[in-house]
Amino acid sequence: MSSTPQFLGRNVFDLDDYSADEIMYILEAAKGMKEINLREYKKIPTLRGKTVCTLFVENSTRTRLSFELAASRLSADVVSFQASVSALQKGESLQDTVYTLNAMGIDLYVIRHSSPGAPQLVHKHSGKPVMNGGDGRHAHPTQALLDIFSIWEKLGALNGLKITIVGDILNSRVVRSNLIGMKKLGAEVTVCGPRTLMPGYMEDVYGCKVEYDLETALKDADVVMGLRMQLERQTEGLFPSLEEYTKHYVLSKETLKFAKKDALIMHPGPMNRGIEILPEIADSQQSIIVEQVANGVAVRMALMFLVLGGKI
Amino acid sequence: MRTLIKNGTVYQKGQFTQKDLLIENEHILDIADKINIPAEQVIDASLKYVFPGFIDLHSHLRDPGQTYKEDIVSGTRAAAKGGFTTVCAMPNTEPVTDNIAAVEYIHRRAKDLGFCKVKVIGALTKKQEGLEIAEMASMKKGGIVAVSDDGKCVQNARLMMNCMKYAVNYQLPIIIHAEDYNLAGKGQIHSGKVATALGLSGIPPIAEEVIISRDIMLAESTKAKIHIAHLSSAKSVEMIKDAKTRGLQVTCEVTPHHLVLNEEACISFDTNTKMKPPLRSEKDRQTLVEALRNGTIDCIATDHAPHQDFEKEREFDYAPFGVIGFETAFAVLYSELVLPGVLSLERLIEALTVSPARVLGLPSPELEKGACADLCLADLDQKTPIYSDTLLSKSKNSPWINLELQGKITCTFCNGRVTWQG
Ligand SMILES: [Zn+2]
Repeated sequence: MSSTPQFLGRNVFDLDDYSADEIMYILEAAKGMKEINLREYKKIPTLRGKTVCTLFVENSTRTRLSFELAASRLSADVVSFQASVSALQKGESLQDTVYTLNAMGIDLYVIRHSSPGAPQLVHKHSGKPVMNGGDGRHAHPTQALLDIFSIWEKLGALNGLKITIVGDILNSRVVRSNLIGMKKLGAEVTVCGPRTLMPGYMEDVYGCKVEYDLETALKDADVVMGLRMQLERQTEGLFPSLEEYTKHYVLSKETLKFAKKDALIMHPGPMNRGIEILPEIADSQQSIIVEQVANGVAVRMALMFLVLGGKI
Repeated sequence: MRTLIKNGTVYQKGQFTQKDLLIENEHILDIADKINIPAEQVIDASLKYVFPGFIDLHSHLRDPGQTYKEDIVSGTRAAAKGGFTTVCAMPNTEPVTDNIAAVEYIHRRAKDLGFCKVKVIGALTKKQEGLEIAEMASMKKGGIVAVSDDGKCVQNARLMMNCMKYAVNYQLPIIIHAEDYNLAGKGQIHSGKVATALGLSGIPPIAEEVIISRDIMLAESTKAKIHIAHLSSAKSVEMIKDAKTRGLQVTCEVTPHHLVLNEEACISFDTNTKMKPPLRSEKDRQTLVEALRNGTIDCIATDHAPHQDFEKEREFDYAPFGVIGFETAFAVLYSELVLPGVLSLERLIEALTVSPARVLGLPSPELEKGACADLCLADLDQKTPIYSDTLLSKSKNSPWINLELQGKITCTFCNGRVTWQG
């Protein structure tokens, strides 16, 4: 690494704003944070006096808790604002909400929103650094970082690894951010799912491979990631039934025979056991699904630490 | 009152020549190499171009009903500033312009207070609901120049066929906003690479193309005259070219934004790049430019669609579709197409004047002796600044906001009256 990357005050909209070196730097920092999380006294005073606001306009208790835990372990104050999209559409706009929160002296925003680009809007109206906790189908950079961290921790450098992501690619922000990050670090990524759930131009936009057949997609994979398959896609006319989906795309002992023998199994959660992944795989030795959750807190701590210029 | 415009480079019958032009009251009294008649006002136009007043077939004046976005006064002032002397008002007002009283209201307001001529386009279906034919015959008596459900699209093919049959009887052209609702879905931008990267829902070109295809077939069968609004895709151009070759009465328009911007403009989540149809791929854009050059696309229309900041300044998914266009149209097209040598100034002016008049059967806006004095002067060496405080429109939702574009309309005359000077 030539020079120490600068993170102070930066937004984390998505990973395309970060170089491979910077991503590696974040992973190293997360490693340090993970150690803190293993201590008995899991708290450092580094962000004392700073205030982090989690602004969740789309429900996700898991993600919100992970961010809030990360902030409090760094001794930052946390305020939590939750609203439904419909409330925000009828009443106060996102812009007004941000003005209100800003007046309370927020130093960092974490936003989760169903509409792509909402984090950019929050930054525009707050002037504060914004961390994207998931914006529609667009991006989920902290999830991607924790996924990348989890792989790196187990397998070392991502360069040359074959990573296969299976499921509803169309509706997945996790895939998009992961593709950006993993490609930057030199992995070969294949995405796989039914054609109706595959966005156009994937190869052009991300330089990944697209497969519609699970066996082909899994061939020689070092890492396999399943994605949540939602019933509502059926009523949207995108696939016939969960049963048929499972028949063709489920991660099972049977289908994983095509991947490398000890391929890592991942899932960003929440899982639909029996639909996109069978318990025999989700709970297997190869699975790091539970560790992903733990790593999420460490990665988010690292990012907050770097963006808010914390000192040890 | 006489105004003498000296030594301007005047557009006449597709050509530019240096001429003097004398306006007396509402008319062009004379136009000749040299005019030596005393006039109250003399304008030295030796470094300027003189164009016929521009005609816009497609605009949303928002009056009545949404006058916080625009009204007939602010809208026509903005139009005059852009060199327009005639604009056609789309009927998606509140309430919808679907009856003769509503048509008369707009005519009266425009006549009393307007800064340009306003032609009214009546609704195609009542309340633009796509359920029942609107009172076209009465509205025709009230002076409408076309019918349209613009902003919406009749999904029921049988009703569309009957609308066409009915319109034929009153020689009313039908202006079509081509959009299949199911195919467009919740789409926000073109279903291309940028939509994939941004995770925004896509509006596929085929949402436009299936309706154009359907309506060309219906027009062929009913002998209706149709005009396709705001073309956006290469395939649409191909279908219209084919329909024209077969001798059907099909015309079409393209907007300045579809001619100079593509999907990449949406990358920053700027809601001023969100409109229907969406900005498409670079290949589509290039096809549109070529089609405008070769005449497959008849004319340019702005689709001036004002929305206030508080409406646009929000999450991309919830911001309304549309951008303003009166004050930027000429300068955008001059800067981005004429200056780089992609489009001739002659064709640009034709597509803003003679061509739209031909589409709706309006009098041809020639600069000639005895003609109505609808014209504008342009200084191509000056810039048009596009800032919130320089725009006359009540709304500022332009993709070119905070830019300065080459070429400026310095003066506009409508019916011989100065409607803009700056
Ligand atoms: Zn339209």
